[in-house]
Amino acid sequence: MMIKGLKNIGNYFIMMKKVMSRPEKYSVFFKQLKLEIVKIGLDSIGIVIIISFFIGAVVTIQQSINLENPLLPKYLIGLVSRDALILEFAPTMIGLILAGKIGSSIASEIGMMKVTEQIDALEIMGINSASFLILPKIIAAMFFFPILIILSITIGIIGGWLGGLSMQIPTADFVYGLQYQFIPFYVTYSLIKTIVFAFLITSISAFYGYTTKGGAINVGKSSTLAVVYSSILLLIFNFILTDLILS
Amino acid sequence: MIKVENIRKKFGDNLVLNDVSFSFEKGKTNLIIGESGSGKTTLLKLLIGLHSLDSGNIIYDGRVFNEMKLKQKRLIRQEIGMLFQGGALFDYMSVEENIMFPLTMFTEQSEEEKLDRVNFCLQRVNLENTNTLLPSELSGGMLKRVAIARAISMNPKYLLCDEPNSGLDPKTAIVIDNLIQEITEEFDMTTIVNTHDMNSVMQIGENIVFIHKGVIWWEGNKEELIHTNNKELNDFVFASELFKRLKNK
Repeated sequence: MMIKGLKNIGNYFIMMKKVMSRPEKYSVFFKQLKLEIVKIGLDSIGIVIIISFFIGAVVTIQQSINLENPLLPKYLIGLVSRDALILEFAPTMIGLILAGKIGSSIASEIGMMKVTEQIDALEIMGINSASFLILPKIIAAMFFFPILIILSITIGIIGGWLGGLSMQIPTADFVYGLQYQFIPFYVTYSLIKTIVFAFLITSISAFYGYTTKGGAINVGKSSTLAVVYSSILLLIFNFILTDLILS
Repeated sequence: MIKVENIRKKFGDNLVLNDVSFSFEKGKTNLIIGESGSGKTTLLKLLIGLHSLDSGNIIYDGRVFNEMKLKQKRLIRQEIGMLFQGGALFDYMSVEENIMFPLTMFTEQSEEEKLDRVNFCLQRVNLENTNTLLPSELSGGMLKRVAIARAISMNPKYLLCDEPNSGLDPKTAIVIDNLIQEITEEFDMTTIVNTHDMNSVMQIGENIVFIHKGVIWWEGNKEELIHTNNKELNDFVFASELFKRLKNK
């Protein structure tokens, strides 16, 4: 088990060395990149909006219940909801959702290409298949995930405002709370985390797809492993980055 | 010409190929035949560098392939057209995009020139007007023919085919066999076909090598094969009742 784990880590770095090489042809690379931005980024907007809206609303409702005390000003609910969304809910929660959605899609797409010899076909043509297939995905995710997280924070706050209204939190208090002692670095921290998560999700999922052997059953297994390991590593790096950046 | 010299390949304790030497001749359809698990797919994968050799040499027209660095190997691979068992067409690309792909990657041709080449290749495999179809919309035979069109799009010096007839009906299989032979002669390529389809052997076997227990057991052409007394080869080639009867006639 331990040896298998170490072997996987070694193989991951060998694959990443292949991935991080100059594209064979930039015009083809940018075409691939555009396609990946649509697949990884634009196609995820819907799910990000839905999840963020309801998380924002629920977080605000919970805070309004927890902070129900005549001594505590109502604007604190806006402040706490804002910080919870920026620091944790948007980057980590959305990261985990995207690990499920995008991670499984990348692993099964590349895994299927592997078992149907499409990756061998690329290699025979003299193309670095790892770089050709994986690099555009990693760059597209690292570019577009931060946009999704900004969107998530915005929609989460709108959801929070509506959730607050349902708990009779005046709009003026909620908005004041949003602005009160705002620390812009929290957004930077959130975006740094997001970029790292984007790299982890795409590269780990691609690794499991790229190393698939056998048939359709193994593609399914690779897809599951991709989601499980990218989620676990996302949580571990969440802890490491928070400790490094915020403490 | 592709030469293999004293090739040896082991997977764990399993010796798959042992001291295999053979010359695949230019302008001819060279066939590798053998039972499943005899090592013929391994030999094909060694030829294109998808597996590494334990010992021996693979020589492409005087160039020792196995001693090359990956970048040099990639240049040789650009001279190889490969027909995979399942076609291995990129399923998110149309027929036209599949055939155009190597041209886009490795040439500076204009869109018009590339399209002309695509149409020429499609015409060569008798598949005109299928440019916009996706691989999922093609039949097994059409899929193989598109794969051949993609394989020849770059004017390769070498054509390698892994079980080109698997999953095809006998009539379509003959069409594919004839196409491979015609293209080989027309473009003066070194073609290697890995097969266990005896119809293919009788149809296009100009230079045949029989691999058995990891070694070259027999070599010759289709005429010699019919009259051979080699027991293992006869057991393999004339395994079916139909072929047994034909042999006894």
